[in-house]
Amino acid sequence: MTSTTPAAPAAPSAPAAPEAPQRRGRPAGSPLLRYLLVRFLLIFPTILILVSVVFVMLRLTGDPITAALGGRLTPDQLQERIHEAGYDRPIVVQYLDYLGSIVRGDFGTTISDNRPVTQVLLTYGTATLELVVYGMLVALLIGIPLGRIAASRRDSGGDATLRVASILAYATPVFFLGMLLKLVFSVWLGVLPVSGRASTISTLKMSREGSSTGIYLIDAISTGDGAVISDVLQHAILPAVTLGLITGGIFLRLVRTNVMGTLATGYVEAARSRGVGERRLLRKHAWRPALIPIITVIGLQTALLLSGAVLTETTFEWKGLGFQLVQYLLARDYVAVQGMVALIAVIVALTNFVVDVIAALIDPRIRY
Amino acid sequence: MATALTPEPTAPAPVAVAVPERAAWWRRLPVVHQLRQSVGVQRTMLVLGLVLMAVFLLSAIFAPLLAPYGFSQLRDASGEAFGAQQPPSAEHLLGTTVGGYDVLSRVIWGSRTALMVVVIGLLLSVFLGIAFGLVSGYFGGWLDRVAVVVADAVYSFPSLLLAILAAIVISGGQASVWGGIMATAVSITVVFIPQYFRVVRAEVIRVKAEAFVESARVIGTPHRRIMTRHVLRNSTRTLPLIVTLNSSEAILTLAGLGFLGFGIEPTKGADWGYDLNKALSDIAAGIWWTSVWPGVAIVLTVLGITLVGESLNDLADPRLRRRRRAARLAGTVGSTTAVPGGVLAAGAQGADGIDGLEASEQDALDPLEDPVAEPRGVAGTGGDEGGSRS
Repeated sequence: MTSTTPAAPAAPSAPAAPEAPQRRGRPAGSPLLRYLLVRFLLIFPTILILVSVVFVMLRLTGDPITAALGGRLTPDQLQERIHEAGYDRPIVVQYLDYLGSIVRGDFGTTISDNRPVTQVLLTYGTATLELVVYGMLVALLIGIPLGRIAASRRDSGGDATLRVASILAYATPVFFLGMLLKLVFSVWLGVLPVSGRASTISTLKMSREGSSTGIYLIDAISTGDGAVISDVLQHAILPAVTLGLITGGIFLRLVRTNVMGTLATGYVEAARSRGVGERRLLRKHAWRPALIPIITVIGLQTALLLSGAVLTETTFEWKGLGFQLVQYLLARDYVAVQGMVALIAVIVALTNFVVDVIAALIDPRIRY
Repeated sequence: MATALTPEPTAPAPVAVAVPERAAWWRRLPVVHQLRQSVGVQRTMLVLGLVLMAVFLLSAIFAPLLAPYGFSQLRDASGEAFGAQQPPSAEHLLGTTVGGYDVLSRVIWGSRTALMVVVIGLLLSVFLGIAFGLVSGYFGGWLDRVAVVVADAVYSFPSLLLAILAAIVISGGQASVWGGIMATAVSITVVFIPQYFRVVRAEVIRVKAEAFVESARVIGTPHRRIMTRHVLRNSTRTLPLIVTLNSSEAILTLAGLGFLGFGIEPTKGADWGYDLNKALSDIAAGIWWTSVWPGVAIVLTVLGITLVGESLNDLADPRLRRRRRAARLAGTVGSTTAVPGGVLAAGAQGADGIDGLEASEQDALDPLEDPVAEPRGVAGTGGDEGGSRS
């Protein structure tokens, strides 16, 4: 009875859903498989709920056509377009219709520039992906080593400094940090570009000579032109550092707390009593077990990274999903907003699933 | 310093220590108690946080007296316009914005807006979160499971986007200062309800199993009375701490909303995030005073609240508290943090959604209990790491 419950609400959103895991056979025997199955089925209600919440919230304000074009068209034209798009049907019908089209992978067509939302997602998704990966790299490079240092010198001056720094990183809004970095490095020192993903010349060159993956670093490398590559990298530094510093502060705290936790365990204590030195204790005994929860929580920061990316992209005019989302929001193009938010919901649900699977594979205590 | 609160002997009689000589009433006040309990770095952090919070509160309360001009004032007393983007001067200590407002005045008034939004937003979300958590946890069953899945789904969603959606829904006709502030506060509420829901629900499920609740039920006490009198009163112990930590997150969300253009109009209130949004284009021209000061205000406010919240959290957690003045508070407050990645450990979010679905009996170690349970199991005995390290 327990494992059927999560599947029930999922049914309307994804009729195809329950089939996939069944192919894996009946997992009743293995607790791990059972856990994975339940966890997998839980994706669907999560997505369904988020998509529904977004639908209801945006529809509370009226139909998208009036919101986007109201005042610019005559009432008759408006009515006609509303009718064409089917927004005069009962809300329940529209809702089911919407869910159905999402299952088919159709997220609608934007009103303001009349593009399929999926195309918008593909175009700008790569930019966001690139930014998030850079940000994550910076965060890991900062957070993990510094967290280890802080934990190994617990309550020393260095630890206190790092702790305050990490709280400060939390207290600083990501866009404010971005603006400060911009002010110092782009305006006062003049060493880095102010905004954008590449200069106009590089963009032209990439579109003419390079590949068109949308990931600028790959495109730049494919042109084989050193100037283009360095231009693209220079544009990426400030956004990556901005996003990375904020996230890195979280990782720092996380690593510190966890390493301190494992340093206090019985087996580390036992090793210590055998005369193992403090450095070796940290390196050989306490470090790895401490990393397990960190992997999980790093995965759970996706939502946070996405919020951060929206703000960072706006600060640096990095034309990714977040930047575009804000443009659509300001244009009151709610079809586009709905589609993009639905995609974000899917991303969040999927990452959480992947994270849980990894965690369950690493740590047997999680599955039961 | 010199109270009789010596470190406890091994097997503690639960009520023993604090009773013999009750300290003066003011020493037992919540924050004062912790302040006296703290030492060293922890105390410095707590004091610094309290000072920053005090500055924030004073500036919010006395904004009309402190600010040289109104938040939407464009002309001085003689009717002369301030002028846009004026550098700091004697008349405008921190300069003027691109819209021609006085930066210092808007920074000070901004603290009032932030305070109002946070207070209203958190009151609403605490109230609703407790109500939902209480009903859901107490009655359990089908409704509870659905509620848990919904709360988890909403909780996993980027909070800023959620707040933006809420802002769109609400921001239909904001006519007054209160309209703008209420709209923003309600937008923030949406983000926090799931958190309070989870915490209260977990506590309710724990308390529900206690003998006194069963006794009440045996003698035929109606549900409503059990819920309010017996369960609710014993389920809210962790809330003050979470509220403290959440208020810093609320300010950040407010700032994010403002920065993305969903904040409070400048004529209706001073919004730090809104000012930063308008200052974004000033940066390229080297105009720093329009962005730096509102930004610093946000950072200091959030820093103050976080320092206080973190210190209280550490002091309440015997594993984190420095021991010299260990009082008997240990364990009365669960380990919580609003800072992502704080004391969180493995699988906190992932596993609990399934907890809720799988085994309602096991629910006692549900959402926010989980991260606590995990490191504790690992850390072995609670507070002895201090001794073994040195």
